[in-house]
Amino acid sequence: MSWDNVLNTTEQIAQASLQTISLFSLTLIFSLPLGLLMAFCRMSRIRPLSLLMRGYLLIMRGTPLMLQLIFFMYGLNLPFSRFQVAVVAFSLNYAAYFAEIYRSGIEGVPVGQSEAANVLGFSKGQTFFRIILPQVIKKILPPMGNEFMTLVKDTSLAQIIGVAEISLIGYQLQQTFVSMIPIVIAGVFYLLMNSVVSRGFSMAEKRLGYYR
Amino acid sequence: MSILEVKNIQKSFGKERVLRDISLNVQQGEVLAVIGPSGSGKSTLLRCATLLEEIDFGYIAYGDLVMARSEGNNERAVYSAAPVLRQIRRRFGLVFQSFNLFPHFSVLRNITEAPVRVEGKSREEAEQQARALLDKVGLSEKADAYPCELSGGQQQRVAIARALAMQPDILFFDEPTSALDPELTGEILKVIRSLAQEKMTMVIVTHEMAFARDVSDRVIFMDDGVIVEQGDPQQVLENPQSERTRAFLSRFSHNG
Ligand SMILES: Nc1ncnc2c1ncn2[C@@H]1O[C@H](COP(=O)(O)OP(=O)(O)OP(=O)(O)O)[C@@H](O)[C@H]1O
Ligand SMILES: [Mg+2]
Repeated sequence: MSWDNVLNTTEQIAQASLQTISLFSLTLIFSLPLGLLMAFCRMSRIRPLSLLMRGYLLIMRGTPLMLQLIFFMYGLNLPFSRFQVAVVAFSLNYAAYFAEIYRSGIEGVPVGQSEAANVLGFSKGQTFFRIILPQVIKKILPPMGNEFMTLVKDTSLAQIIGVAEISLIGYQLQQTFVSMIPIVIAGVFYLLMNSVVSRGFSMAEKRLGYYR
Repeated sequence: MSILEVKNIQKSFGKERVLRDISLNVQQGEVLAVIGPSGSGKSTLLRCATLLEEIDFGYIAYGDLVMARSEGNNERAVYSAAPVLRQIRRRFGLVFQSFNLFPHFSVLRNITEAPVRVEGKSREEAEQQARALLDKVGLSEKADAYPCELSGGQQQRVAIARALAMQPDILFFDEPTSALDPELTGEILKVIRSLAQEKMTMVIVTHEMAFARDVSDRVIFMDDGVIVEQGDPQQVLENPQSERTRAFLSRFSHNG
């Protein structure tokens, strides 16, 4: 590969990384709150609701994301672009994983915390958002970090429905130039993104390290 | 008027009847010690009085505010509407065996959070009050520490200050020293004793018999979900009328 082609490849992959980063960010924006909602349904005392959510979580976590993408793209005929379909599928899938992480985090906070808040007169909302959630966040940072890093890499699955993200472009360029360099460059982009993610989580853990 | 009035309450967990027909009055300024073997329902009684558990039957009221009442003899207890319960919550405080401080808040914030969020006090006012309370429990220099940096005894003293910050009419303690090393129980007992001198109304579940005798105006002995015996501490602890009370107390006579 000529130097020009290397530059050109880097530029194209950088372009594609915008798709990857958008998919990553939008997925988080939707799935983080959605997952919390799902965790509440899963822990609900309303039996049918909790059973329904269990079934949903089993399906979303028990089948490959790639099949889910294909299903959402060609099975449902949503009036969305390919990219939008990917955001929907990723959000619903990742929300399921986050729901289970939230649930284990919430269950890991001693009941004495909400009882103490209750006796002091805090409302349910105050108790959750001021007392429970901050402790949950601290507890779930490590598994969340893993999940975020997996998501960075999982965005490559969106190529199955034709989203022009890093891996798809890298693969096409590798075919064009019959060279491994585009694949290596693509790999470096993922690595960079994940080092940012990992750094972010280390900082967050340090910030919340002031208490046990 | 009594601060707390409990009449014929019953509470079961599944088939297990944990409280069977408990009645009890607490007067302003009175210190009540509740003793009894493990599983006799002491914690459940406090939890029912503090809205952490619901009674099945009976009547509970704080002064003029009725928390729950059964209409007929075998009618399930009906709880008052949420606004009334909110008012009632301001009348009592509870100190747990396991402290249950909020680990992510500083000592000061543990004490000020409820006055600020629940009572709508200004932060300055709440902090001023919190510092006075910390002074009272001997922890003024720990205001900015976090609970994990404190000993168990210090944590429990913060928990007491946190409960006092809501200016309750009555303060419940559920074995406040049981989670502590023996050498740390003294500092808690000292705080409770000073509260008793200020005529704070208190109901204290405890296994510290000597303390119960010293500090309380009345001792209640519970067994198997009923009050077996109650009265003057001297009387109940040194000259119990019931065989069950005698049997229970004999287990303590060895270690004082
Ligand atoms: N949430 C619950 N669900 C089911 N059973 C319970 C529950 N809470 C308490 N119990 C049962 O009720 C009985 C009385 O418990 P309680 O905690 O009131 O006793 P206690 O007198 O406080 O004992 P201890 O001195 O050990 O603290 C016990 O047999 C206990 O197993
Ligand atoms: Mg108990």
